[in-house]
Amino acid sequence: MKRHARAQALLKAPPPSLQRQGQRVVLAGDWSLFALRPRLLWTRAQLRLQGRGAEEWDLTGVSRLDAFGALLVLRCWAGREPATLVIDERQRAAFERIRASAAAVLPTVRRDWLLPVRWLGQTLCSAGSHVRDFADMLGMVVLEAMRFAIEPRSIPFKEFSAALYKAGMQALPISALVGFLIGVVLSYLSALQLRNFGAEALIINILGIGIIRELGPVLVSILVAGRSGSAITAQLGVMRVTEEIDALSAMGVSRYQRLVWPKVLALAIAMPLLVAWTSAAALAGGMVCADVLLDIEWAYFASALPNVVPIQNLYIGLAKGGAFGVTIALIACHFGLRVKPNTESLSANTTASVVTAITAVILLDAIFAMLTRGIGVPLR
Amino acid sequence: MSLPANPVIRLQGIHTRYGQHWVHQDLQLDVQRGDLLALVGGSGAGKTTLLRQMIGLQKPDSGIVELFGEALMAGSRAERFARRRRAGVLFQQGALFSALSVFDNIAFPLREFGGLLEDEIRALVLSRLDMVELKPQHAVLMPAQLSGGMVKRVALARALALEPELLLLDEPTAGLDPERSGRFVDLIRSLHDGLGLTVVFVTHDLDTLSALANRVAVLAEHRILALGSLDEVHAVDHPFINKFFRYRQTVDEAGEPGL
Repeated sequence: MKRHARAQALLKAPPPSLQRQGQRVVLAGDWSLFALRPRLLWTRAQLRLQGRGAEEWDLTGVSRLDAFGALLVLRCWAGREPATLVIDERQRAAFERIRASAAAVLPTVRRDWLLPVRWLGQTLCSAGSHVRDFADMLGMVVLEAMRFAIEPRSIPFKEFSAALYKAGMQALPISALVGFLIGVVLSYLSALQLRNFGAEALIINILGIGIIRELGPVLVSILVAGRSGSAITAQLGVMRVTEEIDALSAMGVSRYQRLVWPKVLALAIAMPLLVAWTSAAALAGGMVCADVLLDIEWAYFASALPNVVPIQNLYIGLAKGGAFGVTIALIACHFGLRVKPNTESLSANTTASVVTAITAVILLDAIFAMLTRGIGVPLR
Repeated sequence: MSLPANPVIRLQGIHTRYGQHWVHQDLQLDVQRGDLLALVGGSGAGKTTLLRQMIGLQKPDSGIVELFGEALMAGSRAERFARRRRAGVLFQQGALFSALSVFDNIAFPLREFGGLLEDEIRALVLSRLDMVELKPQHAVLMPAQLSGGMVKRVALARALALEPELLLLDEPTAGLDPERSGRFVDLIRSLHDGLGLTVVFVTHDLDTLSALANRVAVLAEHRILALGSLDEVHAVDHPFINKFFRYRQTVDEAGEPGL
């Protein structure tokens, strides 16, 4: 049981110490990383002060010497072995292990003067690859849709239903809450201004058109892009990291059929419904506020609403919802499928997915506004 | 022969269950300093769970876990973490940080440890790389660019970064081809001899077991069924042990006449 005796001796090892006796340096104690850590500065200073130029080193009192202890001593020698070195086999091995590594150099990355050019090229190429991948995906989604028509068996109903539940059903409470509060705030601010002009009744027009046509769809899109868009990207990304997407391909199952389509379809259906729901909540918030501040009864508000807001506004709002939903789903899937198998790529793509989706939705909204500028706005 | 007072790991009366299913019941195990202990058992016998419990990644439902003679969860936060740093773990999939290069992966525990100068860290990282027989030019690679065997080596280098006294290996040779797995076993053996490590490893592979272990613990029926050298464990007459080791014996017997 020699080994165990040695182990016991190690446990009670004294801390590392260093003594200079003339030309002779005597090391003792435990020269391992853990023992050295509390007195690292002191040890470094001692080595530099006392060890300089010493010709004789005695390590017989050292109970343990690991690579770090050996490295400290080796650095003190600065490449010049002392004339006399008293060490045992184990310590010699520790020195041998670290000696080659202390001198070895890492392959350095050469400074690249073409870096800005390369960066520009890479950025352009990456933009190009985004366009290509997105077009690829879009084409595949359309082809899959055709296949669904020929072969209805392959429609992924279950996945669609699950996606609908996650993106639609579970978003109901939060979108209603946000919608209601926005409605209250909007109604409050408008009411303050309208009261100055004695035009209280116009609040129904303002809230009606503003919320149904513009605010409802955009608000829900931003919520859904943050909620479902990020979830879709992260889910596809993790599936990429864990090779689940490759497993699907290996089984001859199209990722566009199983993963992309259900999500696009689910958002295309869930978004108009969410828009209607959120707009209703926002209008309810507006009604409550108008009732309190302007004494416009909610019953009057509700009955006047259809008269002052042409029904086309509702259609535009719902159509926008559907279009935004498809956009968000496609963008989220696009970035999800681009994730490379490492954690950094996953987080970068998830962020990019949400930012791109929100930007795209606002761009689309501007286009919608231009195309529908003559529809549903009562001009008097 | 008298055993030393403090085993490196002491498990006493460990009970673990998943839902209604008991994994460990009143399990006892001591790991002595210098052991190369193999933990074997059927799938789902709770080997990996036991390994995780040894360093506190998972808590048993009841029982005592002692690491280096102290209760695992005793002391202040700093003491608990310091105790854990004295053990290195090689996870089954390597668990390299995929966002960091090989160099930064191995340097990570050293930088966290604090107080070391950057060129000392560099020398230590390179010596660890050398230890696991990788070259300095591998240091700049990212984990995604490594093959399975290299991932294991880098993960081992990271586990060894702080020169731990205890090394825990979860399936060290799983997913390696026989030649690589043989070389990996040699590597662990030489590290054990050279650094005076205590090693606990989980394995399914009987080749790894016979090549590496100096003690074997058989985990079955919710407890340690047998503990001793490979021959001692072989000699135990128990249905599970007979079945577990018989496969190998029949292979040996069938193989011998042809050689």
